Amino acid sequence: MTETSLGRGQIEGTAVAIDGANIDTDRIMPARYLRQLTFDGLGAHVFEDDRLAARAAGRVHPFDDPGYRDANILVVEQNFGCGSSREHAPQGLSRAGIRAVVGESFGEIFADNCVAIGVPCVTIEPADAAQLRDFLVDVPGLAFRLDLHAKTLHAGNHLIRVGLPDSARRRLIDGKWDALAALLETGPIIEEAAKRLPYLSRSMLFD
Amino acid sequence: MPETLYSKVFDRHIVRELAPGQYQLYVGLHLIHEVTSPQAFAELRDRRLKVRTPERTFATADHAIPTDGSRRPYADVLNEAQVAAIERSAADLGIRYFSPERGEHGVVHVIAPERGLTQPGMTVACGDSHTSTHGAFGALAFGIGTSQVRDVLATQTLAMTRLKTRKVAIQGRLAAGITAKDLALHLIRRLGVRGGVGYAYEYCGSAVEALSMDERMTLCNMAIEGGARCGYVNPDEVTYTYLEGREYTPVGSAWDRAVAYWESVRSDPNATYDHLVDFDASDVRPTVTWGINPEQAVAIDETLPDPASFNGADRMVAEEAYAFMGLTPGSPIEGTPINVAFIGSCTNGRTSDFEAVARLLQHSGRKVSPRVRALAVPGSQRVRDELIAKGIDEVFRQAGFEFREAGCSMCLALNADKLRGSEMCASSSNRNFKGRQGSPTGRTLLMSPQMVAAAAIEGAVVDARRMFSGV
Repeated sequence: MTETSLGRGQIEGTAVAIDGANIDTDRIMPARYLRQLTFDGLGAHVFEDDRLAARAAGRVHPFDDPGYRDANILVVEQNFGCGSSREHAPQGLSRAGIRAVVGESFGEIFADNCVAIGVPCVTIEPADAAQLRDFLVDVPGLAFRLDLHAKTLHAGNHLIRVGLPDSARRRLIDGKWDALAALLETGPIIEEAAKRLPYLSRSMLFD
Repeated sequence: MPETLYSKVFDRHIVRELAPGQYQLYVGLHLIHEVTSPQAFAELRDRRLKVRTPERTFATADHAIPTDGSRRPYADVLNEAQVAAIERSAADLGIRYFSPERGEHGVVHVIAPERGLTQPGMTVACGDSHTSTHGAFGALAFGIGTSQVRDVLATQTLAMTRLKTRKVAIQGRLAAGITAKDLALHLIRRLGVRGGVGYAYEYCGSAVEALSMDERMTLCNMAIEGGARCGYVNPDEVTYTYLEGREYTPVGSAWDRAVAYWESVRSDPNATYDHLVDFDASDVRPTVTWGINPEQAVAIDETLPDPASFNGADRMVAEEAYAFMGLTPGSPIEGTPINVAFIGSCTNGRTSDFEAVARLLQHSGRKVSPRVRALAVPGSQRVRDELIAKGIDEVFRQAGFEFREAGCSMCLALNADKLRGSEMCASSSNRNFKGRQGSPTGRTLLMSPQMVAAAAIEGAVVDARRMFSGV
């Protein structure tokens, strides 16, 4: 990723939709791809079992549909990314070219994991989500523009309001989604915080 | 002002406010395992960072480790590489590692409580969503991803926003033969798998107070399955009795100071919550899932619901579930044939879970159906040792179960313990997601360990209360 210093206030491109509520992270990245020591190569395996099942049934999964090949924005429904905390799921999506996820709601650990690697998960109203899915069926290459400054999503000529916690929004706009730098700033304060905890402080001394 | 345990513990662990609504939170206990930590250690090495507080970091191998008695080096090179990596990282960085070689390993959410590491009023983080389990002690415990594992290793802190709180009060008593697992599945069925998104669940009421620590862990373990990143129970005498005398719990006058702190973090009687919901424990019956997420569940005496009884999105998920599971709306859940039975996991892999099942097996003298492959996988080697000392391993073997070594095993099938093809598994684990148990077409029915044992014997889903009625 070379965009780290640039921020992700604006993301432009095209979109692909995954239908269905409660798509869990096992679906996004099957557990058999959690056996490596790195996240390398995960982009090839996103939604793998769903894609294989679609193929076997004579259907084409959106991630195998040439009409959405270059999509960089993922449109989803409710509770997307629920279940396992595996960061392999957002790492896989990111490596498959996804730069932002737009949906009705998200599994919280998944959404945190996405922000931690610079991928915003923004929320939209159910009616807007349904409309976006219709647009994408009609016009697969429709131009999308997500603007985190204005909290808007343009899909063609259509304008939708999006939601994102302010803290995550700022981190993404400023290019500071990697929280570690900020957390490392506070060395001595961390020790003071630990000392205030009765189970760690030597004065109150649980040990 | 009266406060909840959630806000007391959260506030106490704030290092500073990073941005409006976002806090740097101190992590009192960090648990790591072999699957979600290697990339975090690699980043530490790349950035030339140390582990800031190795003495508050504890490691084990659970997710991918074989449970068939294999010894190092494991034949599966990927399992071996993951276990070797955490072993080496722990040794290099001064982290206590509960080692398979020394027979100390186990599911991270089983070993931390059993050793007394998890205590009330702590923040607990782990790269695993079922970290919610530790909330049973009145800890604030939540699952994190690998980037956050890196953050905690490097700083012992996390960037976190506050959750809303929902008071989930369960009054009355669970009837005889009804387990904490049935309660957990019942609550998820009623509140939904996304009902808890944005919330911490406080489980309370007389039915919860009457639960043992093992049962409270089962309940809190499944908070995440209802969408709540953490769930907790206020600490009480049951908690303190459990903790006393464990290797990492304080002793002597330190114990008294500890109990005083633990009492101080309990939710105040008039604390305000963002939402309240009440349940009657007597409504809970043995509960079994029929679909592809844990809210798709029915009581054992019910028939499977008509997809038309659900609204919009959930109707589609119900239709998808029926197509995947090969089940038919309107048919009873009882009598659904199974091929595999699995007792174990961080949900139901503790000593009391196996003891309860062993009692039923022993007194009924019943055996696993020849058509069923049945696995009993202790949650930790210590659980396994306790079961062996009580002769319970033999009860399981005599009944036709394989009695394995500790690990996550067929809960997520990262090792060789997998479903084959479209096998149907009666499972005491926590997720019935498509493909969860290692075969993309494998199917899972979640239920209590007692119900798994009954299904293993019958070769089909059956009411354990009836099967073991004489016991």
